[in-house]
Amino acid sequence: MSQGDETLLRVEHLTMRFGGLTAVDDLSFNARQGEITALIGPNGAGKTTVFNCITGFYKPSEGRLALRHGTASAWSRLEALTDSGRRSLPGADGALHLLERMPDYLVAQQARVARTFQNIRLFPGMTVLENLLVAQHNRLMLASGYTFAGLFRVPTYRAAMRDAIDKASAWLDRVGLLVRADDPAGDLPYGAQRRLEIARAMCTDPVLLCLDEPAAGLNPRESGELNELLLSIKADGISILLIEHDMSVVMEISDHVIVLDYGVKIADGDPQAVRNDAKVIAAYLGVADEEVERVEAEVRS
Amino acid sequence: MAAADKAPAMRLSFVAALRDAAVTALVAFALFLPLVGFQTVSDFRNELVLVTHGTILFALVAVVAVARLGYALAVAPWMRRRALRPARTAAPWRVAMERYVIPFVIGIVVCYPAIVIATAGMGRAVKWIDNFGVQILIYVMLGWGLNIVVGLAGLLDLGYVAFYAVGAYSYALLAKTFGLSFWILLPLAGCLASFWGILLGFPVLRLRGDYLAIVTLAFGEIIRIVIINFVDLTNGYAGIGGIPRPTFFGIPFNADDDGFAAVFGLEFSPIYRTIFLYYLILGLALLTCWVTVRLRRLPVGRAWEALREDEIACRSLGINTTNTKLTAFAIGAMFAGFAGSFFAARQGFISPESFTFMESATILSIVVLGGMGSQIGVAVAAIAMIGGTEIMRDLGFLKSVFGPTFDPTQYRMLIFGFAMVLIMIWRPRGLISTRAPSVFLKERKRIGADLVGQGHG
Repeated sequence: MSQGDETLLRVEHLTMRFGGLTAVDDLSFNARQGEITALIGPNGAGKTTVFNCITGFYKPSEGRLALRHGTASAWSRLEALTDSGRRSLPGADGALHLLERMPDYLVAQQARVARTFQNIRLFPGMTVLENLLVAQHNRLMLASGYTFAGLFRVPTYRAAMRDAIDKASAWLDRVGLLVRADDPAGDLPYGAQRRLEIARAMCTDPVLLCLDEPAAGLNPRESGELNELLLSIKADGISILLIEHDMSVVMEISDHVIVLDYGVKIADGDPQAVRNDAKVIAAYLGVADEEVERVEAEVRS
Repeated sequence: MAAADKAPAMRLSFVAALRDAAVTALVAFALFLPLVGFQTVSDFRNELVLVTHGTILFALVAVVAVARLGYALAVAPWMRRRALRPARTAAPWRVAMERYVIPFVIGIVVCYPAIVIATAGMGRAVKWIDNFGVQILIYVMLGWGLNIVVGLAGLLDLGYVAFYAVGAYSYALLAKTFGLSFWILLPLAGCLASFWGILLGFPVLRLRGDYLAIVTLAFGEIIRIVIINFVDLTNGYAGIGGIPRPTFFGIPFNADDDGFAAVFGLEFSPIYRTIFLYYLILGLALLTCWVTVRLRRLPVGRAWEALREDEIACRSLGINTTNTKLTAFAIGAMFAGFAGSFFAARQGFISPESFTFMESATILSIVVLGGMGSQIGVAVAAIAMIGGTEIMRDLGFLKSVFGPTFDPTQYRMLIFGFAMVLIMIWRPRGLISTRAPSVFLKERKRIGADLVGQGHG
């Protein structure tokens, strides 16, 4: 293995075609553990498609998406897992998962990758607290003995329910929504809904949190609060994969930036390096006429 | 100043109302002229003669115009004023009262046979307990069962009666063939119905909205048509008769020496069986309600409601939506199976006629009318719809108003359709449209219907 390092997620040769359109073309990158990795690019670059592939909502046309729990030594079993045809391989040094083989709900349940959506997807008719309890569904389902024991309110289920509410309250406190716990989620202002969606994703106990434009529609103050929240999540040891347009968010908090344009990776590195990359500038700002051909040739190569 | 302004405004609104009434009268005239104004009758030479009904025509138009004027002058301003009034929080006495309403209602329902016997006497009580008590409770139970699928999980099921049929035929066939008792067959019928529920669930998992409704409708018809055509098993249209009746822990309700009346030293009367059936269906309905209320507070119930709100978000949280939908179908079908086997045991005779689409539509309208997801609303709607239907069977006094040829039962559906339209205007999301949260931190606040999703399929 070339990566003996802290790689958490390996995206290798990811390709996604919709009919004749290739939305993502042979994309490879790594996301390291405990880091905030940002995926940026102009509109239509294929960022959300990459997200949907990672979280199992799309099945990639080609490529391998591998995620490890536990220590880096688990990577040594990657080829064995790939050849075995199985979805995941448990081991003493942590399990290894192949996300492209999993349906969406297993990506969240077993590989523990949580996500948020570009257009907020809360349960608007349920209270804020209920939203966070739905996120803990699988653990509570187990505690309720797949409903049968729960019907009779056995003590283990009641204890699990108390724990779930405590955990939800702790997260609500963290995102500043504890006072609104009993209000319907649909009644919250936009910024609060964004924060609630992140809290809900965190209630699934993820190892990797995928955020699809979390700062979209936030004012500068809310955007600053979001930065603090994401940094505090990172401090907890949770890795974050981020799609973002707001450059202040990307440049301030991310450790590693990947730039996509027309489904192709055009830059990969730390924020400073990416910011000064000629191809990135060309993709974002456009270039003077005489430079177009030169830059395009460069991009294609 | 304000008073001076008000007078011309009122005159203006009066003129507008008059104009509105005139237009309505014109429309009514145009409609009623061909419908009511002319009638063709054949005379003694068997020739068609045109008869005109001028008086009735103008009376109808006048009624419409006056009603419209009254609406524009009195009802519409009142509704506008009401809409402007600030929303009131419930008075403390009402909050206190609401806590006792449910125990009180359950008390009434439990004492209902005694109340009826006391007021109507033994002879007439059978009809009241059977037609109003048992009949309504069957639909309350079916409504609560369908509420799981439609109200909680948001899956529009137009073929619910199929599971009711499965339950009824399971009981009828197994009881007649193997002589098994009602108490063994009741859970068995529930299991068979939920098995068919899962079987229906699998192919329709990917369907949503209209498509789901059509496939479930088709499934309901398939079951009915199979019952009609599988004559060797089900006896087709002729139905199955002589179905064993449920016994009181082994004691049959008949006039024999070992019958219920003889064993307990009572004079034989059919009322004991009716009362027993009443408490049986009451128990089953309350079981349905209890299970549903409990399920709503369990992870599976919350997952159903989350599924209704947003399926994609559910999947992103690791919820297996396939299993969640199937459990909703299975549990909803199970209660229909219970109700079906009770129905077969009560009637003693079943035929495909009892399981037409009309039944599915009635159950679904009970759920929609009551307010999707609301237990109390569904119960009230079932009482109104089924009780209303039963009452309309014997509205003899209407004959003195509309003449001896008037048959109120003929107008049942018309009146129901009209009542339904009115209620849907007044309460578009059902009688009880707010949602009570399944869990709360400090205070249980009801959630307004505008936020609660209706499901997409």
